[in-house]
Amino acid sequence: MASKQHQKTAIPFWRDERTLQLLGQAAFAAVVLFFAYILIQNMVNGLQRQGTTLGLTFLRGTAGFDIAEFSIEYSRSSTYLQAFLVGLLNTLQVSAIGILLSTILGVILGVARLSANVLVRGLAAAYLELMRNLSLLVFLIFWYLAVFLKLPRVAEAVIWPGQIHLTNRGVGLPWGLPTETFETYKLILLAGLVAAAIVAIVLYSIGKRTGKPPLTVLWTLLTFLAVAVVGWFALPAAPLTLDFPSVQGLNMAGGKVVTPEFMALLSGLVLYTAAFIGEVVRAGLQAVSKGQVEAARAIGLTGFQTLRLVVFPQAMRVIVPPLTSQYLNLTKNSSLAIAVGYPDMFYVSNTILNQSGRAVEMIALVMLTYLTFSLVTSAFMNWYNQRTQLVER
Amino acid sequence: MSKKLYSVFGLLIVAALLLAACGGAPAPSGDSSPAAGDTAAPSTGGDDAAPAPAAQTAAQGETLAAVVARGHLICGANNQVPGFGYVDADGNFSGVDVDYCRALAAAIFGDANAVEFRPVTAAERFTALQSGEIDILSRNTTWTLTRDTELGGNFTATTFYDGQGIMAPSAAGFTSLADLAGGSVCVQTGTTTEMNLADAFAAAGISYSPVVFEDADSTFAAYSEGRCDAVTTDKSGLVSRRSVLADPSAHVILDVTLSKEPLGPMVRHGDDQWYDIAQWVVFALIAAEEYGITSANVDQVRATNTDPQINRLLGNEGELGAKLGLDNDWAYNVIALAGNYGEIYDRNLGPDTPTHIPRGLNNLYTNGGILFAPPFN
Repeated sequence: MASKQHQKTAIPFWRDERTLQLLGQAAFAAVVLFFAYILIQNMVNGLQRQGTTLGLTFLRGTAGFDIAEFSIEYSRSSTYLQAFLVGLLNTLQVSAIGILLSTILGVILGVARLSANVLVRGLAAAYLELMRNLSLLVFLIFWYLAVFLKLPRVAEAVIWPGQIHLTNRGVGLPWGLPTETFETYKLILLAGLVAAAIVAIVLYSIGKRTGKPPLTVLWTLLTFLAVAVVGWFALPAAPLTLDFPSVQGLNMAGGKVVTPEFMALLSGLVLYTAAFIGEVVRAGLQAVSKGQVEAARAIGLTGFQTLRLVVFPQAMRVIVPPLTSQYLNLTKNSSLAIAVGYPDMFYVSNTILNQSGRAVEMIALVMLTYLTFSLVTSAFMNWYNQRTQLVER
Repeated sequence: MSKKLYSVFGLLIVAALLLAACGGAPAPSGDSSPAAGDTAAPSTGGDDAAPAPAAQTAAQGETLAAVVARGHLICGANNQVPGFGYVDADGNFSGVDVDYCRALAAAIFGDANAVEFRPVTAAERFTALQSGEIDILSRNTTWTLTRDTELGGNFTATTFYDGQGIMAPSAAGFTSLADLAGGSVCVQTGTTTEMNLADAFAAAGISYSPVVFEDADSTFAAYSEGRCDAVTTDKSGLVSRRSVLADPSAHVILDVTLSKEPLGPMVRHGDDQWYDIAQWVVFALIAAEEYGITSANVDQVRATNTDPQINRLLGNEGELGAKLGLDNDWAYNVIALAGNYGEIYDRNLGPDTPTHIPRGLNNLYTNGGILFAPPFN
C-alpha cells in the first residue's frame, strides 16, 4: 500500500502537471521577452542611425509656441516641460469637472430611466439610446462647430443679466478679482476648515456615544461659512472684487472667459459619459431586490428616503466598479480635445513632438501619464468600493 | 503567480505599443505648413541614408540641344494651386510658374506655346527633374539648401517670395500685426507656422491668443465662423483657401510676411548653359518691368529707345543672346509673348484675379520690394 503511494508521488517531473504548467508559462514569458527585446533593439538601432539617443533633457528646451489656455505661468519662451504641464493641468481640469458633472447628470438619468412617470422614463430612455449610439468625436465637433461657434460674434454679444456675455469667442462670466487682502483671507479660510473639522469630529463622537447623531454635516458647513463670512467683513478691504466682462477691442476683457473649445469638449464629454453612467446606475438600482423597497415602504419611508437610505447604499456595490471604468473613459476620451482645438496634454505633446522630433519620449510620456491617471483613479475607486462593499458576516 | 505574470505582460504590451507607435513616426524635420504642402519639403528627416536616387547630372549644353531638337520645352508644373500652377475647366494651364515656362519657351523658340506641361506631384517632382523627364521644374518649390545640393538641382532665381501670411475679414480693416493686438488668430498645429506666429507677435511685443487646430479644414472652418480675427498659413495656401470660403471677397490677405518661402524654377546640376538661360529669363522679366517695357509697348520701345541698357536687353545692341546660346532677340520674344514680370503677376495674382496677393516683397526694389535684376551688360 505504502509502496504504491510512493510510486504515485514519484512521477517524473516532465510528466508532473504542476511543473509542466510552470514550464509553459516560463516559455511564454520567454517568447514575449524575446519579442520585446527585438523591438527595443530595433528602436535603439533606428535612433542610432538617426544620430539621436533617448533622453528627457530636451524638455528643458524653449517651447517657442503659444498656448491659448494656461493655468500656470506660460509664454513662448517657456520650456517644453512647462508646456507639457500646462497641457496636463488642462486635461486634469476638464476631466475633474467632467467627472463631477457627468456623475450628477448620470445619476439623474439612471433614476429617471426607472421613473414611474411615462414621459420622464421615455425621455430618459430616448436620451440614453441616442447618446450611447453616437460617436464621441462627431458629437464633439457638432458641439463646437454647430453650437458654440454659432453664438453671436463679439461685436454682437448677447448680454444676459449679471453681465454674462455670450459670444463665439467664449462666454464671459463675472469673476472675483483678488485684492491685496486675498492672501490673508486664504489663511482665514484655512482656519475655518480646521474649525469645521474640529466641530465635525466632536459632533461625530457625540453621535457615537449617545446613539442620537446630531446634524453633523449641517453644523460643519455652518461653522465653515460663519468663519468665512466673518473673515470677509473683518478684513479692512474685501478680499475679492467682482470683475465684469466687457467687450474691449477685438475680444472680451475682464471677468472670466470660458472658451468655446473648453465648453465644447466639456459638454461633449459630460453628455456622452452621463448616458453610460445612467445605464450603470439603472443596472445598479435594478440589482437591489424588490423586497428591500417593499420593506422600506412598509416601515413608512417616503419614495426619496427609500432611494437614499435603502436602495442607493446597496446599489453602490454594483455601480462602483463599472462607474470607475466610465471615469477612466472620460479622462482618456479627453484626448479628443485636439479635434476642437482645446490644448489638453495630448494636443500639447503632439506639438512638442513635432517641434522637437522626440517621438519616442513624448509618446511614452503621454502614455505613462494617462496610465498614472487611470491607476490613481482606479485606486481611489477601489478604496471606495471596499468601503461600500457588503460586509459578510 | 498568475497575477504577477499579468502585470508583467501588461508592461510588455505597453512597451510593445510604445515601440510600434514610434516606429511609424520618423522625426519630422522643420517642415513648412501642410496647408501649402507643395512648398513644403518632402520630409527628408534623419533616418533615410539615401533620400534621393543618385542625382544624374547633365552635360554642358546638353539640355538646350535636346530641347531644340525636340522642338518644345517640357516643364514640370503644378496643376492644383490657383495662381501658381492650375488647370482650368478648358484644360489650359495658368499661373505664374506656368507663365514662366512660356517665357522660357519664347526665349528659346520665339513661340510661347512651344511648351508641354507635365503635372508633377510634390513627391515626384525632384525625381522627374533628375531623371530628365522634365527640362525644368517650375512648381512653387521652396529654395532650400538641401534641395540645392543633395537633391541634385540648382535653383535659378526666386520668382515668387512667398512667406507665411495672415488673412482677415476685409470688414475689420486690419493692415498690420499691431491691429491684431488682443485678438485671436487661428493656426494649424505642429509646423513651423505655429512658431513663426508666436515669434512674430513676440518680436512685435503684441499680445494675442492662438486658437490651434490639427488640420487645415478645422482651422479655416473656425476662422470662417468668426472664432478668430485672423488666420495664418503660407500666402499661397491662404489664397487658395480663400477662394473656397463662402464669400472670398470678404477676406483680405494682409501685407505682412512671417517667414521666408522663396519659390523659383529649378534645373538639373551640371548644365551651366541651361542654368544661365533659365536664370536670365527670370532677370529679363524683372528688368523689363523695371524699364517699363510691356508686351504692349515692346515694339515701340525697341524702335524708339536710346538707353543702351534697354538696347542690349532687346537685342538692338551687342551679342547677349549668343552668349546664352540663343537668338539675339530672345528677351524681346519673352516680353512680347509672355509680358514682363508685373504683367505675369497681375494676370495670375493681380487685384482683378480671384487669387489676388498684394505684391509686397514681389515688387521691384524701386517700389519697396526686393526684385532686382543684375545688369544686362
